[in-house]
Amino acid sequence: MAKADLKHTAFVTVLAAVALLIAPSFLETYTLTILVVYGLLALSLGLIWGFGGILCFGQAAFYGLGAYTYAVAALNIGESTIPFFLGVLMPLLFAALLGAMMFYGRLSDVYLGVITLVVTLIFFKFMNATAGPEYVLGTARLGGFNGIPGFQTLNVPGDPDAYILGDAFYYFTAFVLLLVYVFVRWLIASPFGRVAVGIRENEQRIELMGYDARLRKTVLFAVGGGIAGLAGTLFASWAEIVTPGLFSLSQSAEIIIWCIVGGLGTLVGPVIGAMVLGYLKFVLGQQSVIDNTLILGLVLILFVVLLPRGIVPSLGSAFRSFQGAIRRRSRKTPRRRRRRQADV
Amino acid sequence: MDLATVIIVEILYSIAVLVLISAGLAVVFGMMRVINLAHGEFMMIGGYATIVAVNSGINIYVSMLLVAPLVVGLLGLLVERLIIRHLYGRLVDTMLATWGLSLFLVGVATMIFGNTTTGISPPIAGFSIGAYQVNGYNFFIIVAALVLLAALYAVLSGTRAGLVARGTMQRADMASALGYNPNTIYMVTFFCGSALSGLAGGILAPLVGLVPSTGGTYIAKAFITVISGGSSIIVGVLSSATLFGLVSQVFTFAVSPVVGDVALLVAAVILLRLLPQGITGRFFKGRM
Repeated sequence: MAKADLKHTAFVTVLAAVALLIAPSFLETYTLTILVVYGLLALSLGLIWGFGGILCFGQAAFYGLGAYTYAVAALNIGESTIPFFLGVLMPLLFAALLGAMMFYGRLSDVYLGVITLVVTLIFFKFMNATAGPEYVLGTARLGGFNGIPGFQTLNVPGDPDAYILGDAFYYFTAFVLLLVYVFVRWLIASPFGRVAVGIRENEQRIELMGYDARLRKTVLFAVGGGIAGLAGTLFASWAEIVTPGLFSLSQSAEIIIWCIVGGLGTLVGPVIGAMVLGYLKFVLGQQSVIDNTLILGLVLILFVVLLPRGIVPSLGSAFRSFQGAIRRRSRKTPRRRRRRQADV
Repeated sequence: MDLATVIIVEILYSIAVLVLISAGLAVVFGMMRVINLAHGEFMMIGGYATIVAVNSGINIYVSMLLVAPLVVGLLGLLVERLIIRHLYGRLVDTMLATWGLSLFLVGVATMIFGNTTTGISPPIAGFSIGAYQVNGYNFFIIVAALVLLAALYAVLSGTRAGLVARGTMQRADMASALGYNPNTIYMVTFFCGSALSGLAGGILAPLVGLVPSTGGTYIAKAFITVISGGSSIIVGVLSSATLFGLVSQVFTFAVSPVVGDVALLVAAVILLRLLPQGITGRFFKGRM
């Protein structure tokens, strides 16, 4: 990492850590935990869409797959350490496979969107249809639209009775989010990340320079899938039930909305977008005057038409121009002072 | 023999449904390169328009063939002026904005009609072929799909308006140099596409119990059919609808409806992997 990157990362991480530590005095940790999970999920799409230019309509597929993998494995093993890693590994491998199929087939934008959407739908339809007793993985029944309840939630590694619940679980997820953020920052600053951004800007040029864009996109897509799976794993442990709703279209839509609202091409943007909109949804869910989806839809339309860059980049440029104005003013003052000193 | 007839009718029916639900989307996508993800909700509104009209005493055929397309067409006009107009040429942005629109419309419909199922009964009675009962309305849908395709072909290739529309779709700048305003043409095209969505929603209304989220079940299939069809509107939709209708019905008969749906989706993934430009990107190039 270059020095400026390092400074930026450290600054954001410390700021976020402080914010996450203060947050429990304003909100219940139970609500905060899910907001952090949403942030992690948004981060995964923010990475592959904002930095790789891959618009995935089916990030929910990896999220759901992570959650289901964790639930099934936890039921079978009865201890959460291995399921936790499986919940990341499975979506990662699946994303690698799906990505390889798409990118080596040279599919782009709309077609990519259709395929990822279709794959999500396949999961959704299939999981909804697994109500019968013949759909069993080990000791875990898939349970159709009722989902899988009653699996082992996260525990201290090696001790199945020491559950990580409540506040402790919140601090754990917050720590995971920061860790993943630092990892993604490092990835983007690495040569691999630089080339990925190059592919986003001009794939042909990067290929002519001798880089294999197909492989790189596949790897990036897989990393995104893994992070989404991690979010799904944490979700499963938080909700203590997994349902096919995780694979639904509205779930996919929400992730995309978070990224658009927060701002593409940044990492902090999607996370903030997810948390703000997640909280908004939570607040709106407590009233029944206005329908929830109506607001979400309106937010998406308004942002695409009026503020397509999202909150964080727009605020960023506003802040920079403000900073510039201050600097211009402060540059005048020292000059005057110098003159005065010269007089003396 | 009876079973074979029934299966053939069912296959034709599922192809006809796919044609109906994707026609509106295909016109808008093929002509304007705009993907309207609120298409399913346009159909949902067409359905509600039909039901409301029928319940207030209007003849059922008038309500689904005239009222529904008109209502949804006007809604489409409004949407084009307010949202789509600003986003021409930005494929992904139009997709996202119309996705937002779709959520918005679901919300509005939920607030107006509530989260309950409404429906009307089909106007044609069922009859039996041998030992099997067949829904008579299925034949109406097959005929409607055929008429729709024929009419679309006639308008696009036979009329002045169709010629101008096709010209604009190929070279907007040239059409504009020849004195046609692309803006107006886009507006009219979007109106027609929306009206087709409304028509499909109206025709299918007697078959499904309508809920505000009904649109979601259509959009994926319509989207897949149109994209797999490729850039030629009529041949594309017909060929991909035939393929997907066939696959899904064969698997529905052989295994179960859910497997039929999943088979359709898997077929779409394989097809797009093999023919990334859609069916008409490879075969039947340059047709309509």
